[in-house]
Amino acid sequence: MRIMAQVCMVMNLDKCIGCHTCSVTCKQTWTNRPGTEYVYFNNVETKPGLGYPARYEDQEQWHGGWTLDRKGRLTLKAGSRLKKLISIFCNPDLPTIEDYHEPYSYDYARLITAPAGTKAPSVSTRSALTGREMNPTWGANWEDDLAGAPARALQDPNIVALPEDAAEKVKLDFESVFMFYLPRICEHCLNPSCVASCPSGAMYKREEDGIVLVDQDRCRGWRFCVSGCPYKKVYFNHRTGKAEKCTFCFPRIEAGLPTVCSETCVGRLRYLGLMLYDADKVLAAAATSDPASLYEAQLEVFLDPDDPAVATEAERQGIPHDWLAAARRSPTYALIARHRVALPLHPEYRTMPMVWYIPPLSPVADVTAAAGYDDAEADNVFAAIDALRIPVEYLANLFTAGDTGPVRSSLRRLAMVRSVMRAHQLGQDPAVHAADVGLTDEAAEDLFRLLAIARYEDRYVVPPAHAEDAGRLLAQHDLSGCSLESEGGPGMGGDGPEREAVPGFHLLDEGSADASVAGRDNRGRLHLRVAENPAPGPFGLAGAGGSA
Amino acid sequence: MNGASGFEIFWWAVIPYVALAIFVIGHVWRYRYDQFGWTTRSTELQEKRWLRWGGPIFHYATFLAIGGHVIGILVPASWTKAIGISEPVYRWFAAAAGTVAVVGVLVGVAILAGRRIFVTRVRATTSPVDWFILILLLVEIVLGFAMTTVVNLLGAGYNYRATVSVWFRSLFAGSPNVHAIASAPVLYQIHVSLAWLIVAAWPFTRLVHAWSAPVWYMWRPFVVYRSRRANRPNEPGTSGRRWRRIGVRY
Repeated sequence: MRIMAQVCMVMNLDKCIGCHTCSVTCKQTWTNRPGTEYVYFNNVETKPGLGYPARYEDQEQWHGGWTLDRKGRLTLKAGSRLKKLISIFCNPDLPTIEDYHEPYSYDYARLITAPAGTKAPSVSTRSALTGREMNPTWGANWEDDLAGAPARALQDPNIVALPEDAAEKVKLDFESVFMFYLPRICEHCLNPSCVASCPSGAMYKREEDGIVLVDQDRCRGWRFCVSGCPYKKVYFNHRTGKAEKCTFCFPRIEAGLPTVCSETCVGRLRYLGLMLYDADKVLAAAATSDPASLYEAQLEVFLDPDDPAVATEAERQGIPHDWLAAARRSPTYALIARHRVALPLHPEYRTMPMVWYIPPLSPVADVTAAAGYDDAEADNVFAAIDALRIPVEYLANLFTAGDTGPVRSSLRRLAMVRSVMRAHQLGQDPAVHAADVGLTDEAAEDLFRLLAIARYEDRYVVPPAHAEDAGRLLAQHDLSGCSLESEGGPGMGGDGPEREAVPGFHLLDEGSADASVAGRDNRGRLHLRVAENPAPGPFGLAGAGGSA
Repeated sequence: MNGASGFEIFWWAVIPYVALAIFVIGHVWRYRYDQFGWTTRSTELQEKRWLRWGGPIFHYATFLAIGGHVIGILVPASWTKAIGISEPVYRWFAAAAGTVAVVGVLVGVAILAGRRIFVTRVRATTSPVDWFILILLLVEIVLGFAMTTVVNLLGAGYNYRATVSVWFRSLFAGSPNVHAIASAPVLYQIHVSLAWLIVAAWPFTRLVHAWSAPVWYMWRPFVVYRSRRANRPNEPGTSGRRWRRIGVRY
């Protein structure tokens, strides 16, 4: 048993309102430079839809991720190592800029320089690649809120893969349309096919926290990581000729802070926490023959931090004590393994992704309400899960390689919590109980707190990297540089403000939380707080939190 | 070197050594100071339809051409004679195989140069040093075509192994045989002179990606792990980012 720790994210899709704040703040932090205009380490897709780059999920077209060879061994979908080296002069699977979009801006100067006249001047689109006028026809956000869906959404690979009777249920007319948002970042996989595809060995997975990074000094621009990633979350910087990808905001993670996308998430739908896993089991799990079993196989790889044997062994193998403590409090472990409501995105790519999703229940509840049912009635809710306008099979194609069982189970657990809480609020007797969906009352209470209360310090349990390692980490920090140091930026010409020493940041001191309703921490962030010792909850337990 | 003029010594003995020195020192400097700029500078993202043909044709034909140069220049004529290959047979073989290679290189570089000139997105990424090395390579390839195909395959032929090759090997033996190269036809002399220019320019262009051919990918483990080992910070001024102007138009 080789125990490794991994920072892991769970996103609760029920809460995503598609505001793209995560994409914007991520872009401002990491990719607001020439060469990365089209690069979105974080993007938000409307589903059903083609995604970004277009149809990236169709691995028969792009050959990303892993597959099993005839003998059942794990091999890269794009072919052997030799085949890669032979085709290195033109990577056959690389998307072109048309599959993303040609980046553009507007010639705003025209607003000022246009000759005086009666007509208001207008600006035209200018390509960031050539400087010429262009006509945008596709982009990262082109399908937002199902824009163009009647023409395109049925080409969504997850719909194409549906059985015929299920596909017929997908309706795109205005009356019965269905959609949800899917925010995506790099999955920081346990078995990353981008790393395996990199001929230079420039990509690596960090041993301490599992973050997958590109060594900018060793990348030689062979581009196989871009095509090797089935999620298309490695991008090619067309100015530097090097690959770049989501960094999981490692400088923040090392400081014990959540990623920028998490920190700024308006819906507070992201959870960050540690997962302990057995690295020796990863390859066998990824080689599970039945794709529908890959979800269960990945669960088997994770280790229970509350298991004393695991804890002892982890300490022996050098995992710091405070990291183990954090692993026990990990919200992602709770949502993924303890309550089993979070599911991986496309486990059939066999990369063992580590950004998981709680499937959206809201559309189900909407359907029940629209049909005149009381969505507090569990039976109605459960029935509606099977009568979704967009079939559960669609969600299953996204999250469980087509197996509807785990999706249905997750949705039922979410529906149960909602139903019980509603009954509790209205002073009624709940129609369902935690036991109906295979949970204990304690677990249901914990699930409610994680999903509904979702306090900052419960959503983000990120242990800082060890201070004694700080100096050594500098070498990795050197990759990031300053985003202001682009051409003409304040970091280049001395026009910008003087760089100050980074003031010490302080996480919310958990011990100082009193029972006040709201408080302002020393960074000016306003926190809504709930009392530390709340009244007995609907599940009959007083304040049974995640760490209880 | 007796009897050689000062110019001949400068041109055929000093310049080659200077070019080689620049080649070696330039690579050491670039490798130390500009890891960040050391890349293939691929434009496949911008344009793929032409690259699909031009890229492989050019590179594989170049490998053939390099192999031909090794046989023609580094292997002495006496060795091939010793294994029973007479000069006419050798010349016929070299001219035929060489023509295959040079036509491939020519077609490949024509496609690549064409897309670099006519595809706006690709042209926009091209830096002055890219144009410099591209034009240099174009001229060198056309000369190579003239020598291999026009002179040796279709024309009377010229036994460069008695002059150019002898001189080239003598450079590495430490006693340049200037006479040998001085008597070669002008065509060969220009080809060789431009070659030294390419050698000297090599470390400062995108051609450095040739040394990064990732052959060891065949044997390394799939997933690379790195731990936070103690990495010393870069020496001041050597972080690489300062030198990224090489080959990149910023």
